Amino acid sequence: MAVITYRDALNRALREEMERDDSVFLLGEEVGEYDGAYKVSKGLLDQFGEWRVRDTPIAENGFAGLGVGAAMVGLRPVVEFMTWNFALLAYDAIVNSAAKMYHMSGGQYNVPIVFRGPGGSALQLAAQHSQVPDPWYANIPGLKVCAPATPADALGLLKSAIRDDDPVVFIEGELLYNVKGEVPDGEHLVPIGVAEVKRPGADVTIVAHGKMVHVALQAAEHLAKELEVEAEVVDLRSLRPLDTASVIESVQRTHRAVVVEEGWPISGIGAQVVDDIQREAFDSLDAPVARVSGLDVPMHYARSLEKLIVPGPEPVIEAVKHVCYLD
Amino acid sequence: MNLSTLVREDMHALYRFLVLTRMLEERLETLFKQGHIVGGLYRSLGQEATAVGTAYALQDGDWLAPSIRDAGALYVRGLPPIAMLRQYTAREASPCAGKDNTNHFTIPELGLLGPISPLGTQLCVLNGISLTFRQRGEPRVCMTYQGEGASRTGTSHEGFAMAAALDLPMVIVLEHNRWSFGTPSYRASAVEDWADTAGAYGLPVRSVDGNDLLQVYEAAREAVERARSGGGPGVIVAETYRMSGHAQHDSQKYIPSEELDEWRARDPIGRFERVLLEDGWLSDAGLAEIRDDVDQELTRAVDTVLSEPHPPAESSRTRVYADPRQDPPEPWTRTLATESEAR
Ligand SMILES: Cc1ncc(C[n+]2csc(CCOP(=O)(O)OP(=O)(O)O)c2C)c(N)n1
Repeated sequence: MAVITYRDALNRALREEMERDDSVFLLGEEVGEYDGAYKVSKGLLDQFGEWRVRDTPIAENGFAGLGVGAAMVGLRPVVEFMTWNFALLAYDAIVNSAAKMYHMSGGQYNVPIVFRGPGGSALQLAAQHSQVPDPWYANIPGLKVCAPATPADALGLLKSAIRDDDPVVFIEGELLYNVKGEVPDGEHLVPIGVAEVKRPGADVTIVAHGKMVHVALQAAEHLAKELEVEAEVVDLRSLRPLDTASVIESVQRTHRAVVVEEGWPISGIGAQVVDDIQREAFDSLDAPVARVSGLDVPMHYARSLEKLIVPGPEPVIEAVKHVCYLD
Repeated sequence: MNLSTLVREDMHALYRFLVLTRMLEERLETLFKQGHIVGGLYRSLGQEATAVGTAYALQDGDWLAPSIRDAGALYVRGLPPIAMLRQYTAREASPCAGKDNTNHFTIPELGLLGPISPLGTQLCVLNGISLTFRQRGEPRVCMTYQGEGASRTGTSHEGFAMAAALDLPMVIVLEHNRWSFGTPSYRASAVEDWADTAGAYGLPVRSVDGNDLLQVYEAAREAVERARSGGGPGVIVAETYRMSGHAQHDSQKYIPSEELDEWRARDPIGRFERVLLEDGWLSDAGLAEIRDDVDQELTRAVDTVLSEPHPPAESSRTRVYADPRQDPPEPWTRTLATESEAR
């Protein structure tokens, strides 16, 4: 086991898969000479050369579409968006070309492509630059969606995404790149669509993904110390397919659930998770399921307001107290 | 060159805008290092003349949509320097009330449309503003800016095509500053002369030395007059250089130092100072007086701004909809959190 950053884990995943399979290549703005805007592709240009680490003009729909074409005829492109905010301009290529090609060609062309980059708020980058894209993609049949929280999952999921025969949207945490964690030595693959219990607990289930896993873990520590409530934190890891079975299994043991996400409440990931819980685990529930989300507003620039908009441990603790009838 | 329209007051004002742009950004850098500014901070170092010279050709009632390196254009259009400091440090009194960042100012009274983060889109939106003026028969002109990198986006191409097809009163300034993040412009496109890009849309174009304030002004005046008199959109290609990194985090170490030296010698402020001195518009003492005056104004402004409040917590749920009754209610978990804090 080595302790590495989330950034280095992604770099390792890219490097290992590019070494393993010549058809894997990386493209996007600043991925080559500049080592990536967030330095995820550091050193890859030197190792693999410019046809496999391709800098592109600022033309998101153009290079996402290019990736789809290359994927149809034998390559395995990894398309980096500087952030998912700019991928809005490539939404057409992702939703109409990548996600639908297999279906509309009657199964003749599958599209083994990964679209990746940072999502969510960072620090004071305002409304157009702080968005949580998760539900925009989780909504689309034909796509798979991953949102890892830890270096080990970033490594294992990205490798699986690159090997997957369908388009995968891979949402990294803009504030997670420096997070450190243990990563297994040797080959490490995490299957897409499998959640993981990040902290066991018997009293309540907190469901989260991405950056919110860390918030949930902080809340759980506080709850254990201050209130002797043992929360189980279930990290979804993938948003499509969603590992409903793991969530249900946990809720059947704890009888209570809080679902946390960074993004907006309406039609969010949590809405889907709550639907699954109420349908599959209704008889196990001792309280209505609670949701915690970002405020239902565009992100503000001012730090004082940004802190109120993105959920921290406090609202999660309040929600847990509420479902445990402790408030 | 036809400078007959510029009188002594103009020359003094232009110099003031140039030094204001640079000195205010130096203050912002200090505030950034002190932790008063956290998000993006983009400098226009070395490009001040392009923004100031083009905007100076506009009149009251015209509109302007800057890019990230056009702070100077905002001051020319009447933005008080203190507003820039307030916005960057997210004060309640900033024009956007702490909601938006950097030089993203949308202020109708000044005819300002702020940058839109995904590059290229802003041009399309400004087209709509200029279309409205044209439909109403108002002789107003809209001016906007793009880096050569931004001009590669699909939305930028759509914006150029639309302005040309609808013959809109637009002036589009393409700032060829050689770099887009870490990408040199020759790697972003196959064109060698960026003026060729305008030809693709059938638009008249004029290339200027973007570091020569008077040349920039003259080209802008021509394009603005043409647009105002119904002659349609025009493009100005400003040949200039990004003398700082992309933003504060970028140390620019990928740029050859000879290249920076070469362009440092073409610094737009130094060049304009020489014109002012040689042609007798200002003396050395006169130049120093303007600089000192700006410096003092900025010292006062920084002191004022740092004592002002950030936006209050209640404002986190405001200004989502035109009718405030439709703004979102406080979610129940946050109400509980505030209540238990109070307890
Ligand atoms: C559509 C889109 N993609 C990516 C970005 C991120 N980004 C911000 S500025 C920039 C470089 C812009 O270069 P250029 O237009 O040449 O302007 P310069 O910085 O040189 O002034 C990039 C890639 C963005 N804002 N919008």
